[in-house]
Formats: sequence, structure tokens, C-alpha cells
Amino acid sequence: MNIESIKKDFPFFAEHPRFAYLDSAATSQTPQAVLDAMQEYYTSFRSNIHRGLYQMGEEASERYENARASVARFVGAQPEEIIFTSGATASSNMLVRMLEESKRTDLFPAQKGPTFFKEEDEIVTTVMEHHASLIPLQELAKRKGSALKLIPLTETQMLDYAAAESLITEKTTIVACVLASNVTGSVNDVRRLADIAHARGALMIVDATEAVGHIAVDVNTLGADFLYFSGHKMLGPTGIGVLYARKDLLENMNPSIFGGGIVEKVSEESSTWTTSPKRFEAGTPNIAGAIGLGAAVEYLETIGTETIHAHTRELTVYALEKLGQIPGMHIFAAVAETNAGIVSFTVDGIHPHDLAQIAGKEHVALRAGHHCAALYMRALGVPATARASFYLYNTTSDIDALVEAIKKAQAIFAK
Amino acid sequence: MDEELYKENILDHYRNPHNKDALDVYDVRGGGVNQTCGDELEFFVKFDEEGKVAQATFLGSGCAISQAGASMLTDKVKGMTLSELKLLAPGDIYSMLGIHISPGRANCALLSYRALSDGLKHHE
Repeated sequence: MNIESIKKDFPFFAEHPRFAYLDSAATSQTPQAVLDAMQEYYTSFRSNIHRGLYQMGEEASERYENARASVARFVGAQPEEIIFTSGATASSNMLVRMLEESKRTDLFPAQKGPTFFKEEDEIVTTVMEHHASLIPLQELAKRKGSALKLIPLTETQMLDYAAAESLITEKTTIVACVLASNVTGSVNDVRRLADIAHARGALMIVDATEAVGHIAVDVNTLGADFLYFSGHKMLGPTGIGVLYARKDLLENMNPSIFGGGIVEKVSEESSTWTTSPKRFEAGTPNIAGAIGLGAAVEYLETIGTETIHAHTRELTVYALEKLGQIPGMHIFAAVAETNAGIVSFTVDGIHPHDLAQIAGKEHVALRAGHHCAALYMRALGVPATARASFYLYNTTSDIDALVEAIKKAQAIFAK
Repeated sequence: MDEELYKENILDHYRNPHNKDALDVYDVRGGGVNQTCGDELEFFVKFDEEGKVAQATFLGSGCAISQAGASMLTDKVKGMTLSELKLLAPGDIYSMLGIHISPGRANCALLSYRALSDGLKHHE
């Protein structure tokens, strides 16, 4: 993997050659191939999809569906299991409402009851969740008066799978877990939770936002019934995301966002729905965004996620070693082997915001705050951390620049 | 430059904050949360018989900007009347700090001001 040649694919780095961009977990940079694909849509064949009976309309529809097929292939799914959304947050919210709108017997053939979710049903998730995953479930639990249980951490700050065994019961209908933490990079054993969930008759939701494009992700290997992610953390544009849903489930589910393009028959009183996944994409979708995401997937496939993960693993090892040598440093990160390339840390006597600001002046992009994972921060025992995240275009010299920036901050605060 | 942001007086206030304490007896008490990092801050004010601020204190932890800002604000409000407190605006806080505050740090700079404003809102 030649990083110098990879960097040349990203116009951002031509514009900012000195910049150590260590904030890909917030959003990644965009390769020229993605920009070109979107530009081509806007300049050569812009038209709405599934409607225009002219050449450009057909071209747009074909490229949009090709993007769906690329994304499906990338996560081991079938195209009809892929719904385009505006991002992971939209996917997560929409999924919860889709489940609420669906019939229980359609999702759990053995069970009775008109709606999917009943008061006595329980939801199990983890303290590691991003707010995009946690809060829609919290709100669902509040609406239904149901219990929301949280899988805690062990003493070594791993997910407590033993606790999960007893928290997930026959009453559990949904188990939700983040695949790769946006705080510590920790790659969780989602398969283990999925197996427990399925043994108890529950559905498994996976938040793969920090994982797709960073580590190999396959919905079948993970045992995911539902899985979602954003395009912009995997070299795609902003405003596009994905919701994967297992075909046999999706076929029986009802939409939660209504409008054009999703109907079969419309009468004065009610409407019936077209086939999935179109049933869940009401209105004109983000066509350019989907095409851009398709191009991002194809770009990532030329390098390979295994290769990318091997690279970010090496950077994580290097970062853990170099940061670990700084006095007053506290690191919050999974060991490199099970880390998706994210390292959080605090430095004695310097607030993460001050640290990130001084790093910014030194041309090092960090993230500081609670990273929209308040429960995880509480479990880790810190109000906020600074975070460095690595991707395919980062090098050890970016980490050297980070170390120098931290030393500079220490010098300013030691005066 | 960071040297400009982290000027010596800012760092002095951060290391040795003025009036960092709770007041058992107070007239105004308010709180604020910095949504980007979760830092919390409480601000207390006690008036004298003439209706001027006799004591102003704060409690909480945070970054150099929010802590120095709170420390400086406790000094600044001393001797002010209730109506003068109510006239304080974000611009006064930026001038008081005397450094350039980027949009990303506005929540840090204004944390103590928001805590004070919260207290004034609940003060009869």
C-alpha cells in the first residue's frame, strides 16, 4: 500500500500538504473518483430516477441502482436489502419507526399481537453506543413504556458479554450494538451478541458507521438482521447513508416515511406499498450522493478493506507506543488487534478542547469532546477526551506531528 | 497563534482561578452546560444592602477558556447592580477575555455568562 500515491487521489491533501488529518472518524476525505462520479451526474445525465423515459433518465436510474449493487456487494448483502438514507442517524431513526409500523406476526411468525412492539418487550443495547443508535431506542422505550437495558463494560473496558447473556432474555425483541466504537475504536464481537439475540428470538441491529470501509464487514458473518452506516466516513459524500435489512424481514415491513415512489395503489382512504427497497425510499433520493457512495465503494475495493485495516492497525500500534511515552498521558483505546483505527486520550492539566485547539494551530486535526457517546464517557470515567483517528491516507509522520503538538500544549500550560 | 489565545493572564486565571467556591447564602444561582464537551459550571451572586454585587463565585471544571472566563467574570461583576448584570452581553465577555474566540470555542467562552444568565432568569 503506497500512501504517497493514495494521497494523490485526494484533492484535499494537494490543497493542504502539511496538514495531519487525524479526524476521519468525524468525516473522511473525498477521492477524486467520487467527485468525478458526482460531477458527471450533474453535468452529463442529471435527471430524476425511475421516471424519465429518455436516455438520461435511464442512465441516472441505472447508475443509482449500480451504486446500490456496489454497496450491497461491499457488505455481503443483496441489492434489494439496501435502502439509501441521508446517513446513519436517519437510518437508525427510520428503522425504529419501521419496526413500530410493522406487524409482529410478520417479523416473529411464532408470536401473536398486531404491532411489532409491545409494552412488555425489552430492548438491550450497550453503554458504548453513539447517540444516533442510543436515543432512537431510548425514545421507543419511552413511547411504549418498555425497559431499555444496557450491556456494561468489564473492568478491562471491554463489552461485558457475560452480562449480555443474562440481560438478553425471552422478553427481548431488539438487541442493538455498535460494531466499532467511535471513541476507542473497539471492534465488538457483534456475532456473539447476535447469536445470543437469535437464541432468545430477538432481532439484531448493528451500527456499523465507524466500521464499513475501515474493517471487513459482512452482514452474514456478523449475524445482523439490520445494519446501518454513513457514506461520509468511508470516502463518500455527506448526506448519504445506508440501511441494510434482511430480505425476508424487509419484505414484510411497512414504511415509516410516506410519499411518492413507494406506492402500489392509492385510494381516497389508504394506499398499498410497492416492493422493497423502493418502499422505503419515498421522494427523490440523494441521487448524486448514492452515485458518489458507489464510486467510494469501488475505490475502496481497489485497495481492499483488509489492506486498509492492516495499515490503520500499524498506525494504531505506532500511536499507542508514541503517545504512551508522553508523561501525564491517559489513553482510551482498544488494543490494536481489535481497533478500527481510533485512539482517544487525555493529558493531565490540559482540557481536551485546549489540546485540540493548540493541535489545530500546529496543523493537526483532532476531535475533542464527548463524541456523542455520553454513556460511554461516563463508563470510562472522563467527561471528554481528545481523539485521533486514522485512515488509509495517514502516515506515521502524522502521528509524529500529533506528538509534537501535544508537547507544545504541555509547554504552553507548564509556563 | 496559540500564544495569543493562551495569553499569560488567561493561563494565570486558569491555574489560580479567583472566587472558585460555592456560596451558602446567595441571591442568584445559575448553571450552564457546554454541550460540546459536557463541562458544567455554576455561578453564584450575593448582593449587598445597596443592591450591588458583594460576592460572585463559580464552581465547575473545564478548559482554560471557560475557567479563565468564569474567574474573570466573578471579578468583573463585583459592584454591579442587578440591572447592570442583566445588560451584560456576549460581546462584553469577548472584550473581557481580550482574545480572539473562534466559533468552535464560543460555548467555552460563554459558559460562565450563560450560567449567570440562567441564574438571573430565575431571580425575582
